[in-house]
Amino acid sequence: MRLLALCALLLGLNAATPALAVNPDEMLKDPAQEARARELGRELRCVVCQNQSIDDSDADLARDLRLIVRERIDKGDTDNDVRRFLVERYGDYVLLKPPFKQTTLALWLGPPVLLLVGAGMVALFYRRRRRTSVPPAVEVPLTPEEQRRLDRLMKETGQ
Amino acid sequence: MIAETGHFALVLALAVAIVQASVPLAGARRGKMAWMAVAGPATILQFLFIAISFAALTHGYITSDFSLMNVASNSHTEKPLLYKIAGVWGNHEGSLLLWVTILALFGMAVTMFGRNLPPGLKARALAVQAMISIGFLLFLLLTSNPFVRVDPPPFDGNGLNPMLQDPGLALHPPMLYLGYVGFSMAFSFAIAALLEGRVDAAWARWVRPWTLAAWVLLTGGIVLGSWWAYYTLGWGGWWYWDPVENASFMPWLVGTALLHSAIVVEKRDALKSWTILLAIITFGFSLLGTFLVRSGVLTSVHAFATDPARGVFILLLLVVAVGGSLALYAARAPSMKLGGLFSPLSREGSLLFNNVLMSTGAATVLLGTLYPLISDAFDLGKISVGPPFFNSVFLPLMVPMVLVMALAPMMSWKRGDLGGVLGRLKIVAVISVLVAAATWQLQGGSAGPWWSAAGLGLAAWLGLGTLADLADRIRLFQAPVQAPFRAFALPRSTWGMMVAHFGLAVFIVGLTASSAWTTEKVQTQKIGETISIAGYQVTLKGIEQVPGPNYIARRGTFEIARNGTVIAEMYPEKRAYRNPPRPITTAAIRSGITGDLYVVIGDPDGKEGGEAGYVTRLYFNPCIPWLWAGGLLLMLGGLISLADRRHRIGAPARASRSSAA
Repeated sequence: MRLLALCALLLGLNAATPALAVNPDEMLKDPAQEARARELGRELRCVVCQNQSIDDSDADLARDLRLIVRERIDKGDTDNDVRRFLVERYGDYVLLKPPFKQTTLALWLGPPVLLLVGAGMVALFYRRRRRTSVPPAVEVPLTPEEQRRLDRLMKETGQ
Repeated sequence: MIAETGHFALVLALAVAIVQASVPLAGARRGKMAWMAVAGPATILQFLFIAISFAALTHGYITSDFSLMNVASNSHTEKPLLYKIAGVWGNHEGSLLLWVTILALFGMAVTMFGRNLPPGLKARALAVQAMISIGFLLFLLLTSNPFVRVDPPPFDGNGLNPMLQDPGLALHPPMLYLGYVGFSMAFSFAIAALLEGRVDAAWARWVRPWTLAAWVLLTGGIVLGSWWAYYTLGWGGWWYWDPVENASFMPWLVGTALLHSAIVVEKRDALKSWTILLAIITFGFSLLGTFLVRSGVLTSVHAFATDPARGVFILLLLVVAVGGSLALYAARAPSMKLGGLFSPLSREGSLLFNNVLMSTGAATVLLGTLYPLISDAFDLGKISVGPPFFNSVFLPLMVPMVLVMALAPMMSWKRGDLGGVLGRLKIVAVISVLVAAATWQLQGGSAGPWWSAAGLGLAAWLGLGTLADLADRIRLFQAPVQAPFRAFALPRSTWGMMVAHFGLAVFIVGLTASSAWTTEKVQTQKIGETISIAGYQVTLKGIEQVPGPNYIARRGTFEIARNGTVIAEMYPEKRAYRNPPRPITTAAIRSGITGDLYVVIGDPDGKEGGEAGYVTRLYFNPCIPWLWAGGLLLMLGGLISLADRRHRIGAPARASRSSAA
């Protein structure tokens, strides 16, 4: 089975089993609370799956996590309380959006820094071009020969 | 016997590749035409041997020769023929064989279509191509031989993962690989140009069609993969920012950048060294994608560490190819002459601007994909990087890119008039803001997500901006009578650009609407019960068991009504495959221009037999067909551009070019 799951993966695909996640019997009565649970579920990783949120996974553990989320919401926890509760149990691994902290500094700051570096390189490129390039030549009028050739060419292209 | 022939043919192909990698290169260095000419026949011979090998494996699959380990572990007699054939590349060894087959095919194509290539450039490019071939052939022969026998052969095979038994998926890997491998051509040409020490407009003109073709195929592969995910995974999602998806998306991003910067080389003789670098990086990403997917490193760093043979080999290949070419680049690029001057506010300038954004985007995806591995390997703790990260970091980078995309084609080369272009887009800007405001109003303000208005506004800006550019070029409003003739006279590459850019606008509509306003109803539905969703009334009429070739399906019959009138019936299935045993959901989808009605049937609720009803999931996914239409328009744009006159008549001879310069 593992091999087959891997095959799916190898092909450039999500090795997910068909995702039939949230079941009617798990759902909270209050639609607003259920909507919050769904929203949270999308941000939480099914920790035994291959890159699936608990909302997409039909693994038993994902179901347990969905039930925990709903239980906490039912008890009046805020979204952050629920996240904190799960992180205490499963670590940062459970969050699909990693928290901003020392060990993820490079992850969160990488893209803006790269963009700045890219912008800096482009700016440098323009500056260097300007300095090394020949100053724009003074406009020299065309010689009569050149003018004739230009006229001929313009006529040929029908402009 | 046939399998052994296939194995032996691979060895022969390796021998040919070694000749092709060395003799023409030496010939190009010493100026010996005869040595250089070896490359041509070598590509044909190499393709022939690899094709024999591929045919041998395919034969094994079609005849279900289970004495081949590869066939035994991935096929089954019960499988329909199409999936027996698709099974050839539905596994590690076979897909690598497909990789080298396509590589050899491209090499042969250069020989056949590249008659007017300068001999030196051609010999060098084909030699580089052969080096890549050597790497992959060795990889196949040493670590991933598809022709290993088992004794005694099993009575039947293990079968192919039923998720992969799907027409969309049968085609997905070949297309993706055609794209990946196609970029190897740009790479080989880039290395050849570095070796030659010459990059000019003619070079760009040879490279562009290859890059364009690869890009079209890669786009197709990605769209096909997303489409497959959409209708198989059973909840209406189509992109998951999964590492394997990212592996194909990264080369696409840099490949797109390469496509555009090659235009600047061709037209303006500028950005040469950047374009060469992009060509190297694009292929590097293709190799990286192969490494990520093939090495098992994604499953876990530790899985990679316990069985590292394959992973280490590809990693080595990656390091040699990318490291070697970057070293060559570092040595040669500084001596490249700077080309035409341009101001930041010009067409070149805007292309460069978007190049930077695209590359940063690719780097962001790379960082997000690799960070969990890095974090784990360096004991920084196990973390997950999923869709919420990518959406919040990658998408903002694309906003300025799309804004500039509408402007760039209207800017003139060298020094553009931003004020003038913005003036011409005034009406488009006003309409885009109105679209955004209307979107906000219609979704009930903050009842929907804030970014939906921005998304649709952006799509309007790009789509209408592209149309405005077209109207401008054919002088639709100044001289409407002649406009159709002008439209006809526009170069195909211009048409291609417009179709593709417009396609992206269509895609953005689909992306925004489907992410923002999907509605969903999950419930236990009794037979005869009606559920309303998005203006449709969906009634479960019945459930029956339907046998398939290698599965049994539970099929639901749903009656769809709108305002009381029945408009359709839908038949979603849940299939239980036999070999290997696995449940698969097949959603029933009814597409319309406003969106898809998406119906999934689940398990009986409670008691066996389903008296209490069945779990059903109903979705309305707005504007999903716009996604596929956008993807198709992107491909179509690429194809139209590929049919441009200058690609058909080929590049001008280099001698006349360089003497003119």
